[in-house]
Amino acid sequence: MNLLSLLRPRKPASAHPPLAAGNTRRLHDFHGGIHPPQHKTLSNQTPIRPGPIPRTLVLPLNMHIGAPALPCVQVGDTVLKGQKIADASGPVSAPVHAPTSGVVSAIEARPIQHPSGLDALCIVLDTDGEDRWAPLTPHPDYHLLPRAELVNLIREAGIAGMGGAGFPTAIKVNLRDSQRIEQLIINAVECEPYITADDRLMRERADGVIAGVQALQYLVQPQETLIGIEDNKPEAIAAMRAAAANTDIEIVVVPTKYPSGGEKQLIQVLTGKEVRAGGLPAEVGVVCHNTGTAWAIHRLLSHGEPLISRITTLTGTAFSNPGNVEVLLGTQVRDLLAFGGVTVPDNGEYSYGEYSGRLIMGGPMMGFSIDHPAVPVVKTTNCIIAAPPEELPEPEPEQPCIRCGACAEVCPADLLPQQLYWYSKAGEFDRAQHYNLMDCIECGACAYVCPSHIPLVQYYRFAKGALRQQAAEQQKADRARERFEARMARIEREKAEKDAKRQARLAASRQKQAPGSSTAPTVDMAALKAASLEASSAYKAAVKALKAAEATGDGDAEALRAEADALKARADSAKAAVRDAKDSGAATTPAVPASDPVADLKKAVAEASSAYKQAVKAAKEAEASGSAEAASLRAEADTLKGRADELKNALREAKEQAPAVTPAPPAADPVAELKKAVGEASSQYKSALKAAKAAAEDNADDADALRARADELKARADQLKAELRDAKERAPATVAPVAPATLTTPATPDTQAATDATAPVAASTDADSAARAKRMKALKTAYNMASKQWKDASAALERATREGADDLAVQQARVDKLKKKADLAKEQLNLLVDEAKAAMKQATGSDLKTLKLAAARSESAAREKTAALAAAREAGDEAQITVLQQELAAAEQAALEAARTLKQAVADQGLADV
Amino acid sequence: MALIKVTSPHATGQQRTGRLMREVMLATLPGLAVLTWLFGWGSLINVIWAMLIALASEAAVLKARGKDVAFYLRDNSALVTAVLLALAIPPSAPWWLTLIGVSFSIVVAKQLYGGLGMNPFNPAMAGYVLLLISFPIEMTRWFAPGEGPEHFMGSVHLFLGRYAETVDLMTGATPLDSFRTWAGDATALANEHILHGVFAGVGWEWVNVAFLLGGLYLLWRGIITWHIPAGFLGALALCALPFWLYDPARFASPLFHLFSGAAMFGAFFIATDPVSAATSRWGRLIYAALIGVLIWVIRSLGGYPDAVAFAVLLLNLAAPTIDYYTQPRTYGHDKAKRGTG
Ligand code: SF4
Ligand code: SF4
Repeated sequence: MNLLSLLRPRKPASAHPPLAAGNTRRLHDFHGGIHPPQHKTLSNQTPIRPGPIPRTLVLPLNMHIGAPALPCVQVGDTVLKGQKIADASGPVSAPVHAPTSGVVSAIEARPIQHPSGLDALCIVLDTDGEDRWAPLTPHPDYHLLPRAELVNLIREAGIAGMGGAGFPTAIKVNLRDSQRIEQLIINAVECEPYITADDRLMRERADGVIAGVQALQYLVQPQETLIGIEDNKPEAIAAMRAAAANTDIEIVVVPTKYPSGGEKQLIQVLTGKEVRAGGLPAEVGVVCHNTGTAWAIHRLLSHGEPLISRITTLTGTAFSNPGNVEVLLGTQVRDLLAFGGVTVPDNGEYSYGEYSGRLIMGGPMMGFSIDHPAVPVVKTTNCIIAAPPEELPEPEPEQPCIRCGACAEVCPADLLPQQLYWYSKAGEFDRAQHYNLMDCIECGACAYVCPSHIPLVQYYRFAKGALRQQAAEQQKADRARERFEARMARIEREKAEKDAKRQARLAASRQKQAPGSSTAPTVDMAALKAASLEASSAYKAAVKALKAAEATGDGDAEALRAEADALKARADSAKAAVRDAKDSGAATTPAVPASDPVADLKKAVAEASSAYKQAVKAAKEAEASGSAEAASLRAEADTLKGRADELKNALREAKEQAPAVTPAPPAADPVAELKKAVGEASSQYKSALKAAKAAAEDNADDADALRARADELKARADQLKAELRDAKERAPATVAPVAPATLTTPATPDTQAATDATAPVAASTDADSAARAKRMKALKTAYNMASKQWKDASAALERATREGADDLAVQQARVDKLKKKADLAKEQLNLLVDEAKAAMKQATGSDLKTLKLAAARSESAAREKTAALAAAREAGDEAQITVLQQELAAAEQAALEAARTLKQAVADQGLADV
Repeated sequence: MALIKVTSPHATGQQRTGRLMREVMLATLPGLAVLTWLFGWGSLINVIWAMLIALASEAAVLKARGKDVAFYLRDNSALVTAVLLALAIPPSAPWWLTLIGVSFSIVVAKQLYGGLGMNPFNPAMAGYVLLLISFPIEMTRWFAPGEGPEHFMGSVHLFLGRYAETVDLMTGATPLDSFRTWAGDATALANEHILHGVFAGVGWEWVNVAFLLGGLYLLWRGIITWHIPAGFLGALALCALPFWLYDPARFASPLFHLFSGAAMFGAFFIATDPVSAATSRWGRLIYAALIGVLIWVIRSLGGYPDAVAFAVLLLNLAAPTIDYYTQPRTYGHDKAKRGTG
């Protein structure tokens, strides 16, 4: 025995050694626990009685844990006993059946026993007293059924855990194939005082319970099956032992100690296994079911009965005839009180009459005070206690905690209830959580022993609620953010889609209006391509949004999917349009447009043939290694080859159709480009020269290499210069020194207007702005270069002046010249910028400044809203928050759009880097 | 009468703080009886006097703090503090000594910290140390066992402060005092009558036996757990053993330590004060063991003959830290947590 176990108070293994002697296994102990007075004989002396058939039954749709069931009957429908009246509405849900025959008189919110105290949707049944059964199908040969079908039967019968929380049984028995269950544990401990429902059930119907357990065995295929019963139920133990005599089911007698019937505690007692915090018993190879559940399964299989009744203990000295009753689900507590002999004068619907004392649903340790005499018995209601104040008196006033530690001694979860209490009370929930507040099973043992009668569990519930709310709020915030992002993505997508449509329309009209013109097809092509690109990006955005929606489980995933499909179709057709345009462009306009398809084709051919080569290589390797895939690889290579050939043919054709294109690229470009190249090359040369000189001065090792490189660069620069000269000669019109484009393309508003007259506005604008953007870029480069040179030269001049050099005049002249050049470039550039701005104004209806202003204004509006929202949050003004949230979303959207318009306009006009 | 609507649990155990405190007082009766038998009526008179002061000062503070006086008095915690302090001070104590000690315990050491459950220091021991420092003569004036005032009126005289003529005749060293004085001198130790009772110091062995009995009663009633007495006495004995084996002339035997001075009283009644002790199982064991070690160190090496009060107060300070490091491992968690989050 180790020291630690010495530190734990040990209780004798069993108060009834002869009973426990039947055990063949070593039991384990759990920490803590208490021994409250049992009060069991009050109710376990008489056989189970059938309950009343009250005038009305109230059947909540959420009797189980999980999604509420969905009614499948209408008000006014006549239903038979056992007929399904509500369907399971999700994977974690359970249907509801009519407990007797009658007429559905209402489907409405009624008070139910729930910690929240809120009413819940219930099906109200006016019984007809005839108790007529619906036709039932028993399944005595269930082991011939596939397991999945049996699971489904259990699910359809609405069976849910009848001891604890009411978890749908079908889920617990529906194990994955990979799950191995070592122990199937039937919880027949019934450790809470007063309750004797399982006790009586086992005494009287042990055979049926065992039969139900066998069905569970068939479902989960455990290595061993243990039924844990507390040693205070000798009759039940005897009956169960007799019933289980010829089975592999083991009846294990566990010492009486509260709360050994807690799932985790029982698992520990029987197997010594500990379930990880927040984990499920299945993780340690254990499933737990309740005795009542086993009985319900037996009824289902042997008689075909769904879960419509349960055994409930009516106890407490206020009952004149306490005992166990087979109660129809939905029976209201007041009917049971009357049935059990508690006088409840029915003066008004929501009154307990003269009754005073406690009314508890569940046991005295974990049960709930009944708020309302009209609440119904549900699948988990194992006990109703009506105890006068003499029996369960008013709680005494809370005294200060004296830190006696009695609570920690009895806590089955081995918590420090005292610390939990201090921190819960002080509102320091994070600290309480640090002390594992969430592991508290609310067994009430700590409060039971507390000498200062502190309602400890109440504090824990409060703190847990607060923590849960915190978590929920966090989650809500996260959700809102996700939703916002998804919406933004959608807006973007829609815009892209719209743009794509517009572009496509544009392209189409242009093609119609200007067939064969030398520029239209080009634009056409570009527009189509852009449209296709945008369509596919819209599709991608849609897919992303869909994925996000699926991840968050949002309801509109279906709609999104449909949308994504539509977008895909559109993207495909846009692609097809591009392809068509290419083909037709090649056919109709031999000159410029063909360059695109040819280049594309070339690329495709290259790709295809390299793919083919790779495939061949792979195939060869596979063949060499004798791999089985060789054949398929070879086949693939062949297909690839076919494709490459096809492409090659296409390329050849395209080339034939566009013979003029390749040799003569657009005229202005090469000159500008060459110029740039020359500039670059010579500047490279210069810096290389400088470096070489510096190296030579330093006597560095690499001076020679640097010099060589400089020479090389010089040669390259010279060559480029020569080329430039050639190009200039070939295109004499464009060689205007600074701004070639101004001379070749319409730039002034006048010419613009002239163009407007002849071509569709949008088309020319687009074409213009594209050309202008290009020119602007070139000009900007030229300007930058010139001004840099000028600055350099000025600096050199200054230095020379200072040093008294003798070529000052020359240098001065050079500076002047360069300055002039830079100024000129700047002027041209400004002209173009103005022009672009004007064009933008025309295109967007407002100028750059207005756009910028609009963007800034909407952004600041969004910011204001954010601030207001924060203030409202602080003030906790719910209504205000909602309104502001909507406003903020709108403002943010407006800001986003304004920013995008601005950006788009700027980009369209090539102003981005001016 | 209305329906009782509360959250679970609906049943509660029998334990009540007031009852618990009453049992603690009950458990001191054997010790009180032996003290009275050995040293006259002084202890009893002082206990009753202290209880009256405690009730009065607690009521006054509660009233000043605007609390329900009757309700809070019912927890009996003030009475326990009074009884424990009165048992700790010498039976020759005059009324004002008790008055100062108890009112300080209740008003300052307990209520000023927020009342029951909030005081970091054991109130009785805080009062004791205050008196020991302020009135060292009165606080160390013990009679030789059996030499106390013979009549009840003698004790009353002492209580009223009219002791000068008689008291010096009767006082004598306690076993712990005389061991301190003669430690290292084997013959002197052998000649000290008071050191050689039946199994420990004369008279005081019975005081300790009586408190041990009371303590066992508390254990049996489940009012205290075994952790604190066991840690306390075990550590004290374990510290004493090797040194005694090494040099019995310089160091007292474990048995002597366990049954001298306030050892049993401290182990079962003082260190077990739940409010100021550590709370976890391991924490209590460690807390009490450290008290035991400190007591041995101060008795054997320090300047005071006994050390329960100092040791307890020092460890009161350390209790939160001990709790910090000794949280139990919660079910389903791999390891115990540390700290307070
Ligand atoms: S049982 Fe009550 S008084 Fe004792 S430590 Fe726990 S909460 Fe405090
Ligand atoms: S209610 Fe929570 S803290 Fe209290 S004993 Fe039960 S598990 Fe422990």
